Amino acid sequence: MRQILSFIQKEFRHIFRDVRTTMIVLVMPVVQIILFGYAVSTEVYNVVVDVVGDMTDPEVRRIVERIDANEYLRIGEVLPSVSEIEGRFRRGSPKAVLCFGDRFDSQAGSGKGASLRIVADGADPNTAQTVTAYLMGVLASEQMEMATALTGSSGPSFSPNIQLMYNPAMSSSYNFVPGVMGLILMLICSMMTAVSIVREKEFGTLELVLVSPVKPFWIVLSKLAPYLVLSLVNYVSVLLLAHYVMGVPVNGSLTLLTLASLVFVGSSLGLGLLVSVISKTQQTALMICGMGLTMPTMMLSGIIFPCESMPAVLQAISCIIPAKWYVIMVKKIMIQGVGFASVAKEFAVLTGMMAFLLYVSIKKFKTRL
Amino acid sequence: MGNGAIEILGVSKSYGKTLALDNVSLEISKGEIFGLIGPDGAGKTSLFRILTTLTLPDAGTATVGGRDVVRDYSAIRCSIGYMPGHFALYQDLSVEENLKFYATVFGTTIEENYDTIRDIYSQIEMFRDRRARDLSGGMKQKLALCCALVHKPSVLFLDEPTTGVDAVSRREFWAMLGRIRESGVTIMVSTPYMDEAGLCDRIALILGGRIIGTGTPEEIVSGYPERLYAARGGNMFGILKVLRGVEGVTRCSSFGCECHVSVPEGGPDEKVLLRALAEAGMTGCSVEPIKAGIEDCFMSLS
Repeated sequence: MRQILSFIQKEFRHIFRDVRTTMIVLVMPVVQIILFGYAVSTEVYNVVVDVVGDMTDPEVRRIVERIDANEYLRIGEVLPSVSEIEGRFRRGSPKAVLCFGDRFDSQAGSGKGASLRIVADGADPNTAQTVTAYLMGVLASEQMEMATALTGSSGPSFSPNIQLMYNPAMSSSYNFVPGVMGLILMLICSMMTAVSIVREKEFGTLELVLVSPVKPFWIVLSKLAPYLVLSLVNYVSVLLLAHYVMGVPVNGSLTLLTLASLVFVGSSLGLGLLVSVISKTQQTALMICGMGLTMPTMMLSGIIFPCESMPAVLQAISCIIPAKWYVIMVKKIMIQGVGFASVAKEFAVLTGMMAFLLYVSIKKFKTRL
Repeated sequence: MGNGAIEILGVSKSYGKTLALDNVSLEISKGEIFGLIGPDGAGKTSLFRILTTLTLPDAGTATVGGRDVVRDYSAIRCSIGYMPGHFALYQDLSVEENLKFYATVFGTTIEENYDTIRDIYSQIEMFRDRRARDLSGGMKQKLALCCALVHKPSVLFLDEPTTGVDAVSRREFWAMLGRIRESGVTIMVSTPYMDEAGLCDRIALILGGRIIGTGTPEEIVSGYPERLYAARGGNMFGILKVLRGVEGVTRCSSFGCECHVSVPEGGPDEKVLLRALAEAGMTGCSVEPIKAGIEDCFMSLS
């Protein structure tokens, strides 16, 4: 037992004496969560909308004021004619331009209806889509009010009342936090473990440690232990940040979430160990982790792109990525607040993966060079 | 098998198509310093890795302390000390941390076995808080030896311990090995330096994965089959060229500032050689009979 403890102590010394390792292990997770939470956001906020139209027209003024009052939109310039739209887009200031037809107020009041055009900057389709949706919303409510004012009653019309369950404000951190949690835990566990074992291979220190009474199984275990501890520290800090800074709720059971995270950490450690078994140099290990683990995890586990919209082949591949199952579970537990029964399938899959990966990699770990 | 500390019987090992060890058989007795002498790439490290249970032999068997290197590898790992050819301690740990780590891994403490390592550790103890990476070559080597000795192994494997170490430290190192042997430890050491061969109790010459000679250094030297002359002079290259042309000379090679000429019994003697040099217009040369060294034996056996 003393042998194992001294192994673990040695491992911690390696981690904390190397500034780069310490940074990766302790600072990177915080930076990532803040980066994803604030900077890398798909939300649109304070988008500039230009207007082409007669600003003396009362109805136009009303609509423009409404838009300006909207917290996501802001009125930029009033352009004298549509020919200037392209120039404005090219300079990049507005994301959309609202063009009112002539004599908008009186036309709208008459039975013929007024003409109105929304021109959005399609170079950035995501923003364009969101902005037009916001504008449509503003226009629809204005239209409703107009109709009421004209006829005296709201008439036989309906408007859908959209409600986003679990994420009423449509905050993108609800999507990113579970994804980043998966990414961070996997990076710490897989990459750091793989690199730390391969480094001993490369420097020849493993040679000396193997020629000792300590069984290789215990060597492996004491290599994994520090990263298990560190990933739990990260789990806690990411969770605290997500909850108190990003405002992401933890609706479900914290115990269940922790349990799921432990299983995921276990499978990531297994992956890291497997990488260390097959690579001879730290560079190879880093390449395998980067290209073989991080990239697929980012792309295929539903962190950025939804799995459902992928081609069947990629969907199949995404099923063998542990992070996918973990991210699904985190979303369900944290945001939907479901109990164990609802995540039983994902839990079982991940546990199976963990058992398989740990068994194979420990079995494969050589007792000789 | 007998009761030698290390017994190697017909061991072969190849890496892909490269044959690293070719039917090697050796017997090393308890309490001796056994030197494995050979140039780089001769197969020394391969043999060490088999004996320290780090690789498996393709053919043949070997025992260390009566235990089979394949079957009883974990028992062997408890009772040997190993110092690889490269510095294999943790560069980011301090001297004391390294030593403590290896002591604990082998289930002991520095204090418990302080007597075993005192002789060497006392020389580096003042740097105990220094990181291993900041040590000089000689100090690194002393630390590595301490780590290999801290658990009182019965057999010590030292793979090229003096490569890259200055002459003074090398002499010190061999003096330390002598003292370690006195405590009953069997030492197997490899070196590419022929001059260190004479410091071993027995040696084996290895070349291209084959043992080309074994015995005490004296036996090896006295087994030299021919007469040997040393030729000196100003123009080494010229001397070499002329003497190689003399009829009856088996081999002529340069050794530092002299040139060793090997001649079979009944071949040309020093006078003949000197005359040949004079005829070629080389004056101020001297040729005298000498005793063969390990390196000469190595040349004649290879």
